[in-house]
Amino acid sequence: MQSLPWNWMLDGWIIATAIVCAVSCSMVGNFLVLRRMSMLGDAITHAVLPGLAIAFFVTGSRSSFPMFLGAATVGVCTAFFTEWIRKSGKVDEGASLGVVFTTLFALGLVLIVQWIDRVDLDADCVLYGSIELTPLDQISIFGQSIPRAFVVLSTVLLLNTLVMLVFYKELKLTSFDPGLSVCIGFPPSFFHYLLMTLVAVTAVASFESVGSVLVVAMIIVPPATAFLLTSRLSHMILASAVIAATSAVAGHLGAIGIPAWFGFRSTSTAGMMAVSSGLLLLLAATFAPRNGIAIKFWHQFLLSWNILGDDIVALLYRVEEKQSVSYAESTWVREVLICRRSSFIAMKTWLHLKGEIKIEGEKIALTSRGHFRAQNLVRSHRLWEQYLLDEVGLDPSRVHPQAEKMEHYTDKQLRQKLNQAIDNSNTDPHGSPIPDERSIKPN
Amino acid sequence: MNSRIQILSDHFLEIISFHFQPAIAQNSTTWDFLKRLILLEDYNTRVVLLGTAMLGCAAGVVGVFTLLRKRALMGDAISHATLPGITLSFLLASVWGWNEKSLPLLLLGATITGLLGVIAILAIRNLTKLKEDTALGVILSVFFGAGISLLGVIQQMPRGHAAGLESFIFGKTASMVANDAVFIAAASFLSLSFCILFFKELRLLCFDEGFTGSRGYPVLTLDLLLMTAVVIISIVGLQAVGLIMIVALLVTPAASARFWTDSLGSMTCISACIGTVSGITGSAISAIYPKLPSGAMIVLVCAACFATSVATGTRRGLVIRTLRRRRMNQSIEKQHFLRTMFELSEPRNGSTPNSEVSVSQLTTARSWTERTLQSNIRRATKNEWVTRIGQRIKLTKKGRIEAERLTREHRLWELFLIHHADVALSRVDREADHIEHVLEPEIVAELESLLSEDQRTLPESPHDLAHHNLSSELTESFDQLGISREIADQEEPV
Repeated sequence: MQSLPWNWMLDGWIIATAIVCAVSCSMVGNFLVLRRMSMLGDAITHAVLPGLAIAFFVTGSRSSFPMFLGAATVGVCTAFFTEWIRKSGKVDEGASLGVVFTTLFALGLVLIVQWIDRVDLDADCVLYGSIELTPLDQISIFGQSIPRAFVVLSTVLLLNTLVMLVFYKELKLTSFDPGLSVCIGFPPSFFHYLLMTLVAVTAVASFESVGSVLVVAMIIVPPATAFLLTSRLSHMILASAVIAATSAVAGHLGAIGIPAWFGFRSTSTAGMMAVSSGLLLLLAATFAPRNGIAIKFWHQFLLSWNILGDDIVALLYRVEEKQSVSYAESTWVREVLICRRSSFIAMKTWLHLKGEIKIEGEKIALTSRGHFRAQNLVRSHRLWEQYLLDEVGLDPSRVHPQAEKMEHYTDKQLRQKLNQAIDNSNTDPHGSPIPDERSIKPN
Repeated sequence: MNSRIQILSDHFLEIISFHFQPAIAQNSTTWDFLKRLILLEDYNTRVVLLGTAMLGCAAGVVGVFTLLRKRALMGDAISHATLPGITLSFLLASVWGWNEKSLPLLLLGATITGLLGVIAILAIRNLTKLKEDTALGVILSVFFGAGISLLGVIQQMPRGHAAGLESFIFGKTASMVANDAVFIAAASFLSLSFCILFFKELRLLCFDEGFTGSRGYPVLTLDLLLMTAVVIISIVGLQAVGLIMIVALLVTPAASARFWTDSLGSMTCISACIGTVSGITGSAISAIYPKLPSGAMIVLVCAACFATSVATGTRRGLVIRTLRRRRMNQSIEKQHFLRTMFELSEPRNGSTPNSEVSVSQLTTARSWTERTLQSNIRRATKNEWVTRIGQRIKLTKKGRIEAERLTREHRLWELFLIHHADVALSRVDREADHIEHVLEPEIVAELESLLSEDQRTLPESPHDLAHHNLSSELTESFDQLGISREIADQEEPV
């Protein structure tokens, strides 16, 4: 890879601004994800339009503070209207959000179109910032010139952190169990609107300086990723902050680096940040330690693998027992177990490697180690059969399939208990002898 | 860095696109113009009205199912998810030297990523522990981010190439042409016929997903088909009227229809009507007042319909619910009043029946304010249940029968609670107070058989009526709170 067109004054500030923005968005986003209001970020970025228009109409200027105030007010109103419609009209959360933000957006559009001829309300430069341009708009603080967006977003981050720290317990309680919080005396609606105000302020401050794509993505995706990785709220918030920062850095590097491979200059940083956070989510969904899709499939595979091994040695044991020949045709074993050829061959090799079976041409037989595994397994099976018949009173024709399932999960202690329960009976319901317990594993 | 072209956001483009004003409405008087509009004489107006009407109808119908599946914002997510498809097909076409602005190609790209988005949403919902709304939000933002990144690349291509892509992506209602209307008609027909053919299956899916699966219907396929209908409508609508408009058309008519009915069939019809009417009205308004953008007007008309439905809907509307609650409260008040009258005038401890009750007695019996009591008396007098002479009130014959019935129901329930529900004696009165107003004749009959009561007689009150209702409970709670009993004693009936 050729060297990146890197410039610390520009790219450094872009990344710093992006990290601050991403972390503050993801912080409030955690609670939105938990309260099933993830779409609020998207809704607010659309709905603030009338706020901007009115702020402009009233003040007549395009300075950012009245704009910010107008947008934030309408943002809070969005949350308020949504909640009101949801409660009083019994409308689904998503639907009421959809109604409110589309209406507000259309209203804003009409206002702007009405005034746009007379005034120079350029939607492009007022409404939606772009993160690539943040280093260009600098203000001077303590003699240092710092991008304005960075200062604004740092303030927002500070505010969010402060509120989270002070009201952590209350926000947690109202998010997970509003009923309980009413009982204890914390009004959930107060914290709901506090959170909504925070979301509105964060979203408006962020998209005003870095663009709406980044806001919408950072409010939802990092918290969702963290949600998959942990089930503690405090860990989730920390993890989402780390993930948000990571995707901000990776996104900017990707935006500069990847188009260069195809001979283009850099592309949208915000877009690439959203994409990289999405990739992190994909990774988490696949490999999360407890809930990852790949992990679940792996566990499933291991289980079926073990069961196949169990079934083969148990079948060989029964052959040995019935016909007093120790060798069986491997094709016959495969057909009896209705097993795919590839997995059967893999299993045969595996069992041979573990020293549980011996292979002689096309025939296989148990070694003493395999015998040990098979005997305890068959013992479990027959104990279960007897137990299900005697104690549970299951129909004799039904006991075999049940025992077939249970045998794989039965350990020594359970076998002892089963044995006691059936009064040390020597035979199973089909008349086959229940083999003795073997506890010393042969070498 | 300066040369980096600022990425145009969707909102900006939407706004720009509304600068296109209908070619009609120029050089014509208002009346003349109105006539032409109403008679659909103008070709352009005809196309726009027809297109938005069909789109509103189809979006209204499909929206009902997405609303009931609690995926109202699916349209929002999908409309955003089509962006990478459009840009990618544009990019690939220009790399391979095809016509990069060919409509079918761009639509194909949009459909592919739209469907990918749907599949990803369903996968997130079914395979991870993330919820529906989070899945929507994730797909929306990530896909849209990818699209924006690709757009950033496209804008670096020689100028002129990318021109026109924006208006394709973000709608241009006013400049809708016959070709667009044909697309809309095809898409609406497809999704409408799907909803009608699979109405039963979709109904099951919306109300009981688990049951649908257990009946052997392919839940996932149905879900995917429904979402495909949403994809088709979103893409066509996005192209024709813009992103926000299509989201509104998918959500608002369905949400409004919910206020009018509880049956899925009529809800679908109402929603389709609201969608159609909003489409027509919105574009007509914008045709009359060309300064108003048609897309925004459609949304605002939808919103007006929604507001009307919230207020006056016959099923869940605020007015009807308030009226219902008031009627319920009044009937409860009436019943309490009659029962209190009856209990106060009942013969007690061998004393003679005291048919007249004084107002002061009534005031102390229950925690009535002076005003409520007076209005209760007035209403009862109007119904000829009581007659009033000065400060004395007397039950009429008609009133006595009604009061006896109410008292009987109350006491039957009290007895039931004592004998069968093991509720403490001191609590039964309060419990019975809640339930007596909704006892139906069948339940009363069942209570009678359960308690083996005679049909006609009135059971004795299980608790001491001297410590009547509230006062007994108040006494109890005062005791617990350690408050002087004197206050409670004052509450006792004379």
